[in-house]
Parts: sequence; C-alpha cells; structure tokens
Amino acid sequence: MLIIVCFYFVSFITILAAAMVVFSRNTVHSVLWLIFVFLNVAILFVTLGAEFLAMILVIVYVGAVAVLFMFVVMMLNVSKTEVKSGFLQYFPIACVLTALLLAEFILVSVSFSSNLFEAPVTMISEARVTLTNTEELGRVLYTKYFYLFQVSGLILLVAMVAAIVLTLRTGKEVQRQDIGQQIQRTKQDAIEIKKIKPYSGAT
Amino acid sequence: MIIGLTNYLILASILFTLGVFGIFINRKSIIAILMSLELILLSVNLNLVAFSAHLGDIVGQVFTMFVLTVAAAEISIGLAILVAFSRHQKSIQVDNINLMKG
Repeated sequence: MLIIVCFYFVSFITILAAAMVVFSRNTVHSVLWLIFVFLNVAILFVTLGAEFLAMILVIVYVGAVAVLFMFVVMMLNVSKTEVKSGFLQYFPIACVLTALLLAEFILVSVSFSSNLFEAPVTMISEARVTLTNTEELGRVLYTKYFYLFQVSGLILLVAMVAAIVLTLRTGKEVQRQDIGQQIQRTKQDAIEIKKIKPYSGAT
Repeated sequence: MIIGLTNYLILASILFTLGVFGIFINRKSIIAILMSLELILLSVNLNLVAFSAHLGDIVGQVFTMFVLTVAAAEISIGLAILVAFSRHQKSIQVDNINLMKG
C-alpha cells in the first residue's frame, strides 16, 4: 500500500518537475528542475527493483551531466529575453502535435500491457533471494554483453577526446607552461638586490 | 512488481511528450533543446527498466546502462560544440548556426 502511494506521489512530482524544466524562464532554474527529475526517476527505479541503475542515475546524471549543464549555462551567460522569444510562435502546433503523440502513447500502452503480458514471469524475484540487483546485472554485463560493454567504454573515450579537441584553445592569447624555460631561470635574472640608504626609501 | 506496468508506461510517455513539447517551444535556445533531449532519453530508460522488472529479464537494465553511456557522451559533445560555437559567434542563437554551412 505504501509503495503505491509512493509511486503516485513521486510520479506526480516527476511530471510537475519535467513541466517546469520545459516552461521555466530562467535556464539555471531549468537545470535545477532537471536534476530534480533525475532524482525522482531514481526513486522510481528503486521501486522497480533496479537499485544499481538508480545509483548510476544519481552519480552519472546528477553528479556529472547536470553539473556540466550548470557550468555551461553559467559560463555562457544565457540571457532570458533572447532565449524565449519564439515561445508563442510554435505554441499552438506544439500543443496539437504533442497531444496527438500522448494520446497514441497512452492508447498503445494501455492496450499493449493488458493483452499481451497478462502473466508476468518472475525470474528476477526468484533469483533475488540469493543475488542482489548489482550482482545480477554484473553477471550478464560481463559475460554476454562484454563486447558491448567495451564498446561503450570506447564511446566514452572518443567523446572525451572530442570534447577536449573541440574546446581546447590554441593561439597567442593562451598562456602555456614551458618547463624548459622554467628550469633555465637562474637567480641572476630573477631577482635583483639593491642597497638602500637609510631614510631615503626604495625607488 | 506491485504497481502495474501500465502506470510506468503512461508516466514514461508523459515524460517523453513533455520532452518533445520542450523541443517545440524552446527552438531558440539550444541548451533547452539538449535538456529536453535528456528528458526523452530518461523516459526511454524508465520504459526499459519497467519492462525489465515486468518481464523478469535483466537485459533491459543492461541496455539502460548503454543508453546512459551514449547519453552522457552525446551531451558532453553537444555542450563542447556549444562552447566552441559561442566562442566563435559570441552568442548561442540557433538561428545563426546555418551560417557555417558555407
């Protein structure tokens, strides 16, 4: 009973926060609402029995992606007025199209789940007596999907290299560290000793 | 799984629709478009995990991990392109992007 109340409460808040992501005028507020959506979906993952993915969602999304968004939004200094100028232009067609899309989705999900999957297979809940969710996931991920796992690591590597290449600055205005120059610096050209007469001050 | 699959599917479809709606109405701001894209990917993940719990098959959660990986890579490259673009153009208006087409 408690989990049903929890589900409806959390999903209501999720929808509200997702709407705030879309409709918020300030982009920083939008990012903060997006973090809130991620946290709520992590709670929903826990109610589905996917604890590992809930933790991954909190760590990867809230910890990395949302903070990256926050850095970029604050660094680029997005102004509120120029961003939301095309709001009313696309509003009617957006309402019509998304209402159609939502109607289709709900129709499909109601009819689909009531007809085809009447009796759920309880493979996970039987295995859960001995295995945790993380262990179960690891047993499949590191055996059957090992090559896909490696490829996803490669995708992350390529993304990291691409992000560095895209944002690296080169040119005259960038000051770089020159280690040889630092080492060749001697006491003679770095400091200068001056004798100062009393009561005259440094010049 | 006490709560029915349909509830999760409807929630995921509402999230997906809100993401599509966000792409429609925030066409001027590329950061808002990227955030809406994140909402869409999140709803897909919710769908995959809900089906994984309902069918008792762990593979849905494995694929959710892959979707998370690709989403993180995509968002990092997108934001890097945005930073490079804003350095070049001194603004992040989406309308100006097709100037690069040559």
